[in-house]
Amino acid sequence: MHGLINRAIQSFVCATYGWSCWQRATEKANLGFVEFEPMLIYDADVSTRVLDALCAELSRSQSEFLEDLGTYLVSHPNMEGLRRLLRFGGVTYVEFLHSLDDLSDRARLAVSDLDLPVLELREQSSTEYTLRCSPGLPGYSSVMTGVLRAMADDYGALVMLSNDEGLGANDVISIILVESAFSEGRRFDLGARAQ
Amino acid sequence: MTPMSDLVELLETLCPMFVIVDETGQIQSVGHTLQKLRPDQPMAQRNFLDIFELIRPKSVTTVSGLMVASCGRLQLRFRDEPRTTLKGLVAPLRNRSGAVINLSFGISILDAVRDYALTSADFSGADLAIELLYLVEAKSAAMEASRSLNLRLQGAMLEAEEQAYTDTLTGLKNRRAMDHMLDQLIQSQSSFALMHLDLDFFKSVNDRLGHAAGDHVLQQAARIMMEETRSEDTVARIGGDEFVLIFKGLKDRKTLTGIAERLIARLREPIAFDNTECIISASIGTALSTQFKTQEWAKVLNAADQALYEAKKNGRSRHVFYEEPAKAN
Repeated sequence: MHGLINRAIQSFVCATYGWSCWQRATEKANLGFVEFEPMLIYDADVSTRVLDALCAELSRSQSEFLEDLGTYLVSHPNMEGLRRLLRFGGVTYVEFLHSLDDLSDRARLAVSDLDLPVLELREQSSTEYTLRCSPGLPGYSSVMTGVLRAMADDYGALVMLSNDEGLGANDVISIILVESAFSEGRRFDLGARAQ
Repeated sequence: MTPMSDLVELLETLCPMFVIVDETGQIQSVGHTLQKLRPDQPMAQRNFLDIFELIRPKSVTTVSGLMVASCGRLQLRFRDEPRTTLKGLVAPLRNRSGAVINLSFGISILDAVRDYALTSADFSGADLAIELLYLVEAKSAAMEASRSLNLRLQGAMLEAEEQAYTDTLTGLKNRRAMDHMLDQLIQSQSSFALMHLDLDFFKSVNDRLGHAAGDHVLQQAARIMMEETRSEDTVARIGGDEFVLIFKGLKDRKTLTGIAERLIARLREPIAFDNTECIISASIGTALSTQFKTQEWAKVLNAADQALYEAKKNGRSRHVFYEEPAKAN
């Protein structure tokens, strides 16, 4: 698994639950090290062990934990760079949803060995969408649910999301757009570089 | 609707940084994104070349000249600040005199987006500008992650080098390893003999035949020392041509003399290098840990050093044991 993904988990846990929680989990998972390097590749098994250890430590289900991770990736000040990259997807939330079809290609454009599952948006009506997540990265649809929720806030849209994880080969997230301009949302200035 | 206003509408959608000029270069119409770069100075009715300075083609000074030069490709910049550079393409209008000039930022887009607070709406939907901006930010983030990894790796490498116990040229132990070994011997209260060996005439080999020859001689000398000692002995290179040999548990002078003499004999043999022969020899001073009451390896090393000095003074290529002052008297 790519170090960036492992590092995202580490960053989320340290920012939300503290360094000592992260340290305990790495010990419990028998990692043999404490910090993930974002630009190295790790065995998938390593990520599974640390996730299991974290969910046990925090007494939370994996899908809840991963959804919070997704929210963190967009909304936490640590992650401003990633939020900006996602905002390049479109001017409105609906445009952003459509840009998710290209997300795995976009990720590869930035980091050539970062392989994210393909996402496919289907438009049922102008207010109802489904996002199909290809297999390959267990829990990805939970993370994406968190990302979609936080991005809705970012664009100022009001949405209802449900994640039908594990039904059939693909995980499917249903998205109901209640109001596209519910609140002001956060500013996105093309020229302001993330620090 | 006139054909002209039709064209303007079309251009606004397809390339919002267009300019329509007449044959004298007077601007007839300008796209909204281009006008946004100079919001307080309406460009219409001004001369194209009063606003923009041509970088390429340089020789052209009139707009009519532009239409034939270099296939219509232009490089230009604003005459006033901020002097953003732009790329341009001139397309002559067939039915009337004049031309459409389409401008774009090219590589200056990064500064332009910031300087003029541009948004997605300022670019045509087919423009790759937003993708380019995305890519720049994504690559910067990835580069930053790689850079910090490199910094950490470099730090780890320096630390590892510092902690390393090997002399990289000869493969022998280094000074740090020798210190560590002697600490251990003192701690475990083991007796040991210590030889301080110095190569004679090494400097002249280095000066006369160069560093490559010098390095070769050091490597050959190291090999001989390894061959003449037991695997449990320690051979360390502690300086340019200085070596220390530690023999754990060995205190028999006869045996030590034998080893020293063999070493000297073998190191006197010419060493071949690049069709020439390098001649060196060795001087050795030996001290025994049992010659000292207090367990302090610096004293043993110092004693071996004194004996080495004696050996050198007596004409090199010799082996001398350290003698305690009391016995010497």
